[in-house]
Amino acid sequence: MKYMLMFTATRDGQNQWDAMPEQQRSAEYARINEWFERAGARVVGGYELQPEQTATTVRFNSGKPVVTDGPFLEAKETIAGYAIVDVGDLDEALGLAKTWPTGGTVEVRPVIEREGAPGQG
Amino acid sequence: MRVMGNFDLAEELVQEALLEAIQHWPKTGIPDRPGAWLFTTARRKAIDQARRDARYKEKLVLLEGAAMSLDAAEGDDRLRLIFTCCHPALSREAQLALTLRAVAGLTTVEIARAFITSEATIAQRIVRAKRKIVDAGIPYRIPQDADLAERLQEVLAVLYLMFNEGYLATGGEAATRRDLAEDAAWLAGLLVRLMPREPEALGLLALMRLHLARNDARFDAAGQLVLLQDQDRQKWDRDRIASATALLDRAAALGRPGPYQLQAAIAASHAEAPSWEETDWNEVIALYDALLAFTPSPVVRLNRAIARRHVSGPGVALAEVDATAPELDGYYLFHATRAELLRELGRAVEAHEALERALPLTQNPAERALLERRLEG
Repeated sequence: MKYMLMFTATRDGQNQWDAMPEQQRSAEYARINEWFERAGARVVGGYELQPEQTATTVRFNSGKPVVTDGPFLEAKETIAGYAIVDVGDLDEALGLAKTWPTGGTVEVRPVIEREGAPGQG
Repeated sequence: MRVMGNFDLAEELVQEALLEAIQHWPKTGIPDRPGAWLFTTARRKAIDQARRDARYKEKLVLLEGAAMSLDAAEGDDRLRLIFTCCHPALSREAQLALTLRAVAGLTTVEIARAFITSEATIAQRIVRAKRKIVDAGIPYRIPQDADLAERLQEVLAVLYLMFNEGYLATGGEAATRRDLAEDAAWLAGLLVRLMPREPEALGLLALMRLHLARNDARFDAAGQLVLLQDQDRQKWDRDRIASATALLDRAAALGRPGPYQLQAAIAASHAEAPSWEETDWNEVIALYDALLAFTPSPVVRLNRAIARRHVSGPGVALAEVDATAPELDGYYLFHATRAELLRELGRAVEAHEALERALPLTQNPAERALLERRLEG
């Protein structure tokens, strides 16, 4: 089964990250890389996203698209990245999520797999 | 049927269960394991029957013993079912309903009555939970090694919540809800049978049995709540207490203390005392201290303060109780306890005010009645 792991970041977390000395940031990335290595072939996709200030949102106002600055969620946490994992069951997916090194929240949700749909595989 | 002492009764109950099956199964289909279903239904009917019987306690014990004799494969299956129904990916409500339905064999009507909600609500809750199990890929297995401890905690939490729902009966028919406590104790007993070397499972079962042992003394003839300190200890079920302390001894021998064992030990301390005054309060305080190391909650600190009163007097106890104020100001027992201590210290006006603070903070009719009685006299 495939699951999306959504990794979140808070604004404070983002600020702390930006303020981090280069060496510490490298160490953090090293831990993230270790996570991906341990996950190995179970990770079949994913990206880190650029921070929320780079986001632009398209909303639909009575069917008409409206473009605004910022992420769609006016929330304390925003999505900082995601990984798609292919594992046997939820417990395996949770096992990976529990070892995510940055300490932010991780949402784990199964994806809908359709044969021959665009972007699948 | 080795279960019941009375063969005729046993046969009658199996007949009734079969009758129910004949009426039930055409609508729902034959369950996967008809034997288990029949046994569960017969067991429930036997419990109902046994309650009406003067010697029900004896039969209940026999029943509990027999329900526990599972072969290894069936035992594994039951464990898998318990752990799946109590998976943390399911909400507490879903865990409770699913466990009662799938493991304890209650009907949706019985579950609805127990939680004072509609059958439709329970049915929907169960359907959604089963759907999530499928859609989210919740596995049907006994958790392994690293996960087991954490997942066991989840199961124990579900069972204890279930027990408290039934035991504290926040409304509706007190008798019906007490069945829920018995069901929780049955499930806890099953868990102990399946995991005999898990001390916290033993501890939880002991704790439940100790609470249930006091059932007959908890309400007076007028249906009013009687506090532990005022209970007629002659009405306590000594067999249940003995069974609980035996469980605690088994748990202690495993050398892994934990919160349920400690709570049970505190209850056992009370159960062994011939009277409230003769309770070994130093032992109780020491146990609360140990419990605080596991669960540093303000409620535990409050209970410890209540015990302190008997060793160090109401003044010291009040200071300890007041220290929990920031966290417990919305808890009726905090104010009720303060009222008791203030009354003892001769500060009647403040005691009265504390009782008035307590009253709106609980919806439990028995607790409210108790507070109201105190306010009057």
